[in-house]
Amino acid sequence: MAEQDDGDVILELKDITKAYSGIVALKKADLKLRRGAVNVLVGENGAGKSTMMRIIAGVERPTLGEIWMDGERIHLNSPADAVRHGIGIVFQELNLFGNLSVAENIFATREITRGLRGIDHKAQVEKANEFLNRLEAGISADTLAEDLPIGQQQLVEIARAVSLDTRILIMDEPTSALSAAEVDVLFRVIADLKARGVAIVYISHRLEELMRIGDYITVLKDGQITGHAMVKDIDTRWIVRSMIGSDAKDFAKQVDHAPGEEVFRTEDICLPRAQGGYAVDHVSIGVREGEILGIYGLMGAGRSELFECIMGRHEHYTGKIFVEGEELKGRDTTRRIREGLALIPEDRQREGLVQSMSIADNLSMASLGQFLKAGFHIDLKLEKAAILEAIRNLSIKAKNPDFDVTSMSGGNQQKVVIGKALMTGPKVLLMDEPSRGIDVGAKADVFRTMRRLAGEGLAILFSTSDLEEVMALSDRIAVMSNGRLVTVVDRKDATEEMIVSASAEGHKTKRMHA
Amino acid sequence: MTTATQTAATGNHLSTGAALLTLMKLRTFIALFAVIIFFSIFAPNFLSTANMILMSKHATQNAFLAIGMTFVIITGGIDLSVGSIVGLCGMIAGGLIMYGVALPLGYTVYFNIVEVAVIVMVVGILIGAVNGLLITRLNVAPFIATLGTLYVARGMALLYSDGQTLPNLTGREDLGNQGFSYLGSGSILGLPVSVWILIVVALGAAYFARFVPLGRHIFAVGGNERASRMSGIRVNRVKMFVYMFSGFCAAIVGLIISSELMASHPATGTNLELNAIAAAVLGGTSMSGGRGTIGGTIIGAFVIGILSDGLVMMGVSSFWQMVIKGLVIIVAVVVDQAQRRLQQRVTLMQMAKAG
Repeated sequence: MAEQDDGDVILELKDITKAYSGIVALKKADLKLRRGAVNVLVGENGAGKSTMMRIIAGVERPTLGEIWMDGERIHLNSPADAVRHGIGIVFQELNLFGNLSVAENIFATREITRGLRGIDHKAQVEKANEFLNRLEAGISADTLAEDLPIGQQQLVEIARAVSLDTRILIMDEPTSALSAAEVDVLFRVIADLKARGVAIVYISHRLEELMRIGDYITVLKDGQITGHAMVKDIDTRWIVRSMIGSDAKDFAKQVDHAPGEEVFRTEDICLPRAQGGYAVDHVSIGVREGEILGIYGLMGAGRSELFECIMGRHEHYTGKIFVEGEELKGRDTTRRIREGLALIPEDRQREGLVQSMSIADNLSMASLGQFLKAGFHIDLKLEKAAILEAIRNLSIKAKNPDFDVTSMSGGNQQKVVIGKALMTGPKVLLMDEPSRGIDVGAKADVFRTMRRLAGEGLAILFSTSDLEEVMALSDRIAVMSNGRLVTVVDRKDATEEMIVSASAEGHKTKRMHA
Repeated sequence: MTTATQTAATGNHLSTGAALLTLMKLRTFIALFAVIIFFSIFAPNFLSTANMILMSKHATQNAFLAIGMTFVIITGGIDLSVGSIVGLCGMIAGGLIMYGVALPLGYTVYFNIVEVAVIVMVVGILIGAVNGLLITRLNVAPFIATLGTLYVARGMALLYSDGQTLPNLTGREDLGNQGFSYLGSGSILGLPVSVWILIVVALGAAYFARFVPLGRHIFAVGGNERASRMSGIRVNRVKMFVYMFSGFCAAIVGLIISSELMASHPATGTNLELNAIAAAVLGGTSMSGGRGTIGGTIIGAFVIGILSDGLVMMGVSSFWQMVIKGLVIIVAVVVDQAQRRLQQRVTLMQMAKAG
């Protein structure tokens, strides 16, 4: 990490650490933003880019560390503070008020007023149109924001940020919903802002874009800065190396054991989408005893929805589900669990954990029925023994099982969710993105556990959007795209190209936004 | 060098934080001792046995309602109807004793006291079930659903006797329904019967919360309803239970108050739901759900009971009593929030330092 010329640094983050309950998103990260330049930030999902930007935009406060602007220490306690310091942001998720017009969105919180006569709507529309025209957006400023397609909504966000006349402008994946022509216009606007001395922070996954407009590049990995350079000095290979690091992911060794009988099968699972079409589109799939079936797919491929149908979470799905040849009736999660299914949900915080309870209570909450005496009395000794066994089996790092579950790291929290599912004694385990938001070491633990469980005869279905993961862990690989099950192949026959092209299959007929 | 001092400073910060946390967690106990010590100094006769028994009887009424309320609040709900259920149940008890139930063909059935008590408790449970059905099946927010039943039950209590008090519930020997006064005025081993019942119900509720799956599920549902559903917990069943139990507790209070007065007045129990909420909150039950203990709630109910009785004994005007009670509740919630924030900060700091 060579020091560059520091003359033009406008904002500096020093030793920033941000801890959320369960995960440290940033660890002593430093960042320098330069005037009149495009400062690019890259990193894998969950590396901490968005957290860092939310800190600069005043949305989050750092747990430890300092922020300096123009040589002075500043405190950004709210988004309003950030705006006062001339910091603007285009968020990754769209933040428009759908029920307001484009002009009202652009001028929200700083409306043009005429004293007692209230807001000057005409002036707002005129000025908004000016900004929109600069972006060649072709949007009229008096349309409602929710009536615009998503790409144009993103342009409105950008117009709003540009109109703020900021000194620092953060753009978090601004091109994710834009067409190539729109991207060209955006880049012209960025060049114009740059010429006026604005410091741009640009976050994107598209490496070729970064190489095209970036001046400085900073790479984040697991909450730490792993590389910093001038874009002209580096190539995409350097970026990938810094992003992934030298320590390759530690996947569990394959244990070769012949899978047994088919224990689980779905036939023609269909889940209609509210906007028409299917979120899950006639999916029939089977898993054998001791087999790991990886379901690969991009965001919105319908993997989570498929799992939810299997667990009986949706009232209106159609199709049949069999466990050990018996068809499951009803739409009742409680019964599904009793019949031998268990799900590790994708969103651990919202659907996996009860944050107000202890580690022990989280582990046993789904399986209290097993510890009963006389039909209603929980035998605390039996319960405690089972909890300790789960902690040992999954090597959960819990100093004391009676501590709050939120006091643990994300990886250990994930293991608690897995432990809870396993304590119900399932025959089929569904894991929705089991490695999301946990660190490398915990990932390896989770993968090893999956292997061990399969070795013990459990049938496992897991979903992932990580190519490396699906190739390394699965016995068979299924690819879903736009609700459809495109293909199921043996791992021996699978290639990465094949899987990637299959995952785009469902979108071929029509243009889809990211 | 600077980093070293900084770490030391944050280290100190952490330990003072931890000490402050323990202090905050014990706040209900501290409050209980504080009010007892304060009034034993400033209120004459405060520590006399007669006064102690009288105060415990008053606190008992709040405590019953607060136990039911605690379970409801732990699930993330609220039950505003309990005060009205108290009134309606008292009226039904009085009516059953005085008039019995008129059947067609001119017969009238009178029940003995045990039967009356059982009927009244069933009525309380049924009103709770109505609350539960509104909330689980019809998706009415708990605040609104129970606000509705608050009015309906109070109105029905007033309609029952056209607003009149049912006096003199001694019963008649030829009907075999005497002895209603035992519940409110009887005593066993020197303790009032109502206190004994409270002990039984409180121990039962505490046992239920820890040793029975449904009781444990109350905490899970309040902590994270979605995660509970995903874990196979029948959320609606849990919610039905807590509102029915709350109705049951209210029915007991209705019986006790009518028995004490040997009369049923339709306005009995007005605003008691607020005392119950206050007791639960004072006892550390979190209004956002997921946290709370029966023990804490009982202490909370006694703090509120002793506070109001003690102030009366000191001759403080009832207007000032209201102000003081309100302040105590506000302070309790402020401390609760501060504790939560501090706890979070301490945990996050520890994690950040651990890396």
